[in-house]
Amino acid sequence: MLFRKYTFPGGIHPDDNKARTAGMKTERMPLPASVVIPMSMHIGAPASVLVKKGDIVAAGQVIGEAGGKISSSIHSSISGTVKAVGMYPHPMGGKVTAVEIERDARQEQVSLPPIFNWHETASETLIERISDAGIIGKGGASFPTAVKLSPPPADTIDTLIINAAECEPYLTTDHRLMIEFTEDLLQGIAIAKRILDVEHTYIGIEKNKLDAIRVISQAIKRNPELSFITLCELETKYPQGGEKQLITAITGREVPSGELPLKAGAVVLNSGTAKAIYDAVVTGKPLYERIVTVTGAGIQKPGNYIVPVGTRIQEILDHSKADFSKIRKIVLGGPMMGIAQPDLSAPVIKATAGILALHTLPEPVKSYTCINCGSCVQACPMGLVPSRFAKLVEADKFDELPEENIMDCIDCGCCTYSCPAKINIVHAIKLGKDRIKKQK
Amino acid sequence: MMTDETRIHISSSPHIRQPRDVPAIMKDVAIALIPALAASVIFFGIRSLLITATAVAAAVLTEHLITVHLYKRETSIGDYSAAVTGALLAFNLPVSVPLWLVALGSFFAIAVVKMAFGGLGNNFVNPALAGRAFLLGSYPALTTGSAFLEGGFLGKIPASPGGLSSDAVSSASLDALSAATPLETMGTIPAGYIPEALQNLFFGAVGGCIGEVSAIALLLGGIYLVLRRVISPRIPLTFIGTVFLFNYLFPPVADIPVFSMLNLQYATYQILAGGLILGAVFMATDMVTSPISRKGQFIFALGCGTLTVVIRRFGGYPEGVSYSILLMNLLVPLIDRYVKPAVYGKRVAL
Repeated sequence: MLFRKYTFPGGIHPDDNKARTAGMKTERMPLPASVVIPMSMHIGAPASVLVKKGDIVAAGQVIGEAGGKISSSIHSSISGTVKAVGMYPHPMGGKVTAVEIERDARQEQVSLPPIFNWHETASETLIERISDAGIIGKGGASFPTAVKLSPPPADTIDTLIINAAECEPYLTTDHRLMIEFTEDLLQGIAIAKRILDVEHTYIGIEKNKLDAIRVISQAIKRNPELSFITLCELETKYPQGGEKQLITAITGREVPSGELPLKAGAVVLNSGTAKAIYDAVVTGKPLYERIVTVTGAGIQKPGNYIVPVGTRIQEILDHSKADFSKIRKIVLGGPMMGIAQPDLSAPVIKATAGILALHTLPEPVKSYTCINCGSCVQACPMGLVPSRFAKLVEADKFDELPEENIMDCIDCGCCTYSCPAKINIVHAIKLGKDRIKKQK
Repeated sequence: MMTDETRIHISSSPHIRQPRDVPAIMKDVAIALIPALAASVIFFGIRSLLITATAVAAAVLTEHLITVHLYKRETSIGDYSAAVTGALLAFNLPVSVPLWLVALGSFFAIAVVKMAFGGLGNNFVNPALAGRAFLLGSYPALTTGSAFLEGGFLGKIPASPGGLSSDAVSSASLDALSAATPLETMGTIPAGYIPEALQNLFFGAVGGCIGEVSAIALLLGGIYLVLRRVISPRIPLTFIGTVFLFNYLFPPVADIPVFSMLNLQYATYQILAGGLILGAVFMATDMVTSPISRKGQFIFALGCGTLTVVIRRFGGYPEGVSYSILLMNLLVPLIDRYVKPAVYGKRVAL
């Protein structure tokens, strides 16, 4: 295994732009005066509101109940009074039902009873705790973790992979998590392993985080109980953190088209999610805050801030001294797949890993006709022909898209990044996929 | 406070792009052509520069006029593709070609092959090669040959069995008949002279079209393009390799044992002579008219190499490179339709 390279075909090598914040210790911002907590920050049915205007809530208190089997509960992230329940802007676009809470001076916190002896606790109890704590995938996909850890009996899972690749440029939250919350993270992994009872457990870290690799590697060596974890040093390439690419790099298997990773016998958890599992089980703390990397040319006071869920983007930008004369775009997430924000009163949600204040508009004044150069084909980690999608969408030939495998596209953006004709391929693909879904 | 100038923007992801654009690629191709241009002046005289300048000017002017006055759009000459097409057309012509013919060829290449189909990205064959084919078909006498200019470098080289004798040199003038091309005369060269002939072919001291003669100049340009990631070595190596292999396994000159040094030399001669290196490095690699997938490009180059050998051996022309590329260009949509990369998750049957 010494000379094996953990990687995948395709992908791109953008400047990683992580140097500015990679060495910055996480710090808490002053608590915001108010938060807006959406009832939908996850895949699945929105939560139903449990509170009303005037209710007094504590940090960690349930304010939204899971809306179905695939859903999540929502907790208040600060102690205060419910100011309103209404429709508020959501960072993924549009408006959703949200609870606005005004902070008070009480600083009250509630938590669930700690489960210290999780080694002996039944998996079902642990899964219930994860669900009660409102844990969803913090890597961006926001899938309810309790559901992910309860695969159907028909699917045999033999591999757990912890995703610490953090392949998007600029983002350094998982990096700092590994260095500052090492033991918590590793215990969270151990809890997940107990629940799934898998043969193989891996943690995949990209090679651009050598200090994190060192810390994790030493912690595993020090503790015999952690010897079940194999550390895989991944080649640094975007999108190594895409779950399909991660599974292939580490196990060599491919997830069948249209299926979930469990069909490849694997469950992938973001490292932040694993740490949240530890919090929920061992300290009883629900998921209501997270590390957010705030950076970009327009930010004068960058950092990895621990932010309560629901904090408005504008407040974070004010605290990190955003200079709007230098900003052309505010992106939530990473620069490859993040969402540009039109409304800075939108809040940070459970899966928000970054706020980027970008200076240069990448959109050129001019785009050209496709010159068939093949850059997109070589960059695509899914083996597709992205320029073809753009041409079909341009020609309104939506019917031909499915047979060209458009539904296998993971929206990673490698094609658009590479295109010398500056064609907005992802935009066309999203349009095409949307049309196909509407037709079903 | 945000003013109009500092208003934030939104768009689809991704929000970063690699910096290179189409003009940057075309500029790199133009730079890669400089060694060959220099070689053309060394071996054929200053007229080569004039021919190239005419071709480029005519191409650029044609594209500009059509885009602005017929398409009624902003001029597209800023992407430098017309200029590159002009230069490549010039390189496929002999130094004796009249300038008006050069301009006509450029006009055809741009107006008919490219603009009539929608401009850059929509041409169905290589415009420069199609321009040359048009000239060859319409004015064969003016377009063929490997004439050289008195006073040019070639006038100074000693008798070379590669096709030029010192007698021919001393009586040559611009209007003189051209000497036979290296491809045509290969069979007449005494075996002992082959190494010297190969040397001449490598550096360019032979007759031929102005841009095709100097293998080393073209290869330098090709290496530049590979290092700049404008082209991959796949097409040139496969194309040239195929021609070499066919010639090695089926010797072009009778009664030569396959596994002999002489056969190796003849096979090398076949790849250095004619427009193969120019074609394989600069024409077959044209992105618009070559397949989009790696597998497709390999098949395309294999086809180009095979057709080149077939035309050279069995066809009526001594040179097959231009036609082989044009024919394979026509097959590219078919290749792209059936030869696609393997899709993740569909590669292995469960």
